Amino acid sequence: MTTTNDTVNAGIAHGLYTEGEGLADTKAPEGPIAGKWTQRQFDAALVNPANRRKLDVIIVGTGLAGGSAAATLGEAGYNVKVFCFQDTPRRAHSIAAQGGINAAKNYKEDGDSVHRLFYDTVKGGDYRSRETNVYRLAEVSANIIDQCVAQGVPFAREYGGLLDNRSFGGVQVSRTFYARGQTGQQLLIGAYQALERQVAAGTVQQFTRHEMLELVVSDGRARGIVARDLVTGDIETHTADAVVLASGGYGNVFFLSTNAMGSNVTASWRAHRKGAYMANPCYTQIHPTCIPVSGEHQSKLTLMSESLRNDGRIWVPKDRDDCDKDPRQIPEEDRDYYLERIYPSFGNLVPRDIASRQAKNVCDEGRGVGPLVGDFRRGVYLDFTDAISRMGRAAVEAKYGNLFDMYERITGENPYEMPMRIYPAVHYVMGGLWVDYDLQSTIPGLFVTGEANFSDHGANRLGASALMQGLADGYFVLPNTIRDYLAKGPFEPLQPDDPAVADAQRSVEERTERLLAINGERSVDSFHRELGNIMWEYCGMERSEEGLLKAIDLIRGLREEFWRNVRVLGAADTLNQSLEKAGRVADFLELGELMCIDALHRRESCGGHFRAESQTEDGEALRHDDEFLYVAAWEFGGDEGEPGEVGQPVLHKEDLVYEAIELKQRSYK
Amino acid sequence: MNLTLKIWRQAGPRHRGELKTYKVSDISPDMSFLEMLDVLNEQLNAAGEEPVAFDSDCREGICGMCGLMISGHAHGPEKTTTCQLHMRSFSDGDVITVEPWRADAFPVIKDLVVDRGSFDRIIQAGGYVSVNTGAAPDAHATPVPKANADRAFVAAECIGCGACVAACPNASAMLFMGAKVTHLSELPQGQPERMARVVSMVEQHDEEGFGGCTNVGACSQACPKGIPQDVISTLNKDLRSALRA
Repeated sequence: MTTTNDTVNAGIAHGLYTEGEGLADTKAPEGPIAGKWTQRQFDAALVNPANRRKLDVIIVGTGLAGGSAAATLGEAGYNVKVFCFQDTPRRAHSIAAQGGINAAKNYKEDGDSVHRLFYDTVKGGDYRSRETNVYRLAEVSANIIDQCVAQGVPFAREYGGLLDNRSFGGVQVSRTFYARGQTGQQLLIGAYQALERQVAAGTVQQFTRHEMLELVVSDGRARGIVARDLVTGDIETHTADAVVLASGGYGNVFFLSTNAMGSNVTASWRAHRKGAYMANPCYTQIHPTCIPVSGEHQSKLTLMSESLRNDGRIWVPKDRDDCDKDPRQIPEEDRDYYLERIYPSFGNLVPRDIASRQAKNVCDEGRGVGPLVGDFRRGVYLDFTDAISRMGRAAVEAKYGNLFDMYERITGENPYEMPMRIYPAVHYVMGGLWVDYDLQSTIPGLFVTGEANFSDHGANRLGASALMQGLADGYFVLPNTIRDYLAKGPFEPLQPDDPAVADAQRSVEERTERLLAINGERSVDSFHRELGNIMWEYCGMERSEEGLLKAIDLIRGLREEFWRNVRVLGAADTLNQSLEKAGRVADFLELGELMCIDALHRRESCGGHFRAESQTEDGEALRHDDEFLYVAAWEFGGDEGEPGEVGQPVLHKEDLVYEAIELKQRSYK
Repeated sequence: MNLTLKIWRQAGPRHRGELKTYKVSDISPDMSFLEMLDVLNEQLNAAGEEPVAFDSDCREGICGMCGLMISGHAHGPEKTTTCQLHMRSFSDGDVITVEPWRADAFPVIKDLVVDRGSFDRIIQAGGYVSVNTGAAPDAHATPVPKANADRAFVAAECIGCGACVAACPNASAMLFMGAKVTHLSELPQGQPERMARVVSMVEQHDEEGFGGCTNVGACSQACPKGIPQDVISTLNKDLRSALRA
């Protein structure tokens, strides 16, 4: 085992960051893990129903985490304002999740329990998540299913009329509830309808086509946001007693990802710049079953549910000379079912990170399939021939029909006849703003839920856990923790001429004017695409010190060019999609550097992140609990004058303590 | 392939719009229709002309944000969303007209972008089950016959894109509304509010300026999710029962 205890971390040696004081969660109560959430709900102060309508809460984002929180806080009687950049809350990208949602219902009597869901999630996250938060997630999971069924979410059912379950990505019990391949859509519509009910009731005000561009912080508390009305261009300040960010993940820093075109980091990054720490930003999930890139024009990647791995078999030719042949002509003995070969007990159902990395490995060996993009074929086969002969075509169609149709629409190939081709793509980020047990960030009054926070998935997220976390946070956790903070309010109203408000508003106006005034040579997309290539190449599935140092240099150069040479046409006082994108890419250019610094400092392989300098003799990931058993929470380094020039970030470590679970090296062999 | 595009350009809600002609070349058949428009926008940006505004988000056919009238067809010649339409459905030399959805209840914001807030207001009028968080019984307390659950699911697949309205000669939103009514009417959870829901939603629909249904069926034909026309029958049946009661 290599150790770096005696050497200075490369990031410090190169002057890329400094280290500050450690930090810790102070909100989770003492005592056995199974009693903590009950205790916290009891300890958290209550707000008298008559006082709730005097308290204003702003929620940014209307996906599962934001929509459910807005609805629930509205039902409780708070005054809620909810913001989304889309034209209606129902478009949020939670809608695209296909596979399902985990819950410890044990309806199959197959040995599932809250403790087992907790255990699987911590283990799946490679022991880099916070134990207390994950236990609570498992605990409330069953309530989510009850709530959604009561709303009319049409989950899959058996002939007896009861709910069906399936086993999903890397676990051995059937605890995943699903609605064909559209689980995210159905759950989001449930939350959306609950939200619209509150809009009708007058407890929630909805601001669509509005984008948060700044956080208002006054007296050290989050007190509001500055948002741009994307239709009129008006810059508006909205104040409140607390602000909740439920603005999703930042996978689009890679340009090509399975995220929606509009998914962005701006809300989180603006809060980070105002003092919220960003935790484990380099933790990115690369999903194994996406449709491969077909050419230079590609604007986004499409994921197919990994439930496909339940019945499809993954292979590549043993011989690289067979890679351009019709796969149906390649005999069985010339195929390498590499996951079944390397991991006989889990086979094609190994966790996402392992499936992704092994796909990359076989393609790097030159055994990839599909069209050449650059010098490589980036694809492996996912073959349903055996499943069709075993179950019959009708059964395969009933189970996966919509996914097969989607594949055929995009590629023009029929997967019933020809094996699918798949390749990993960026799909989700486990990193995000640091929060305590109450989901409160390092700025008092700023709460962060769903994918935008960091807490539950460690270094790798298990399948069907994102939907669970979004709804757990929004329906059950946040509404019970935010009251402890709101009970201190209402706070002194902020006037429009208050310096905190005026400064935030002015900085947004200046930045908008600046972007429009540059009038350089290159489009916003060209910068975004170049940043994405750097991130994918050096901060993707495999990272090394040399590569990351190079990436940091490249990003700095690109960011400098951006502020000198970007071309944003059109005006500020109208719908201007180039201007919207420019603001988002400017923030991605700062985030990308921090992700590389975080990846550089974490000299271990863990979860979905393979660090070239940290591997076992047979090339498997090697974790270093002796050095890296902590959350890396980064404090913004400060502006250095010109736009895009930022100072050295400061690292704060939160030690991870496992009391209810034994720390183990993961092995799926 | 090389194409001629005639695209609706309109600077703002109160401006007059017009079709403008643009040429794009070297379009790959593997591109999506929206990626072809991305190419056009890069071209316009380089030439100093403001890019064409159009909506899209997930680009995988599920969020419902995209929606264009392509040579007179909502979402174009295939039965799918605009983002999932690929250029292999077109041929070299084609002239393609691209317009926004046309309906009084969907006013144009700019170029190809329209305001579909009327759909939210129809849902606000009753497209939900009134159950507060925490008030739910165990999920297995009420079994749902599979046939009902399946029909509810088919109706619930609606993505709220608005193609049904754009395709309808009356600009009626009956398919959208029928889908929601059917989704909730098929389930036991939707029964308590079933009658009040349909009346309230239909009132809102009419107030928004959507037209009436004359059973043309263009809505269902244009629907990228294949919502069947019989959801409108369910809506009419529920409405009749509600008004009689």
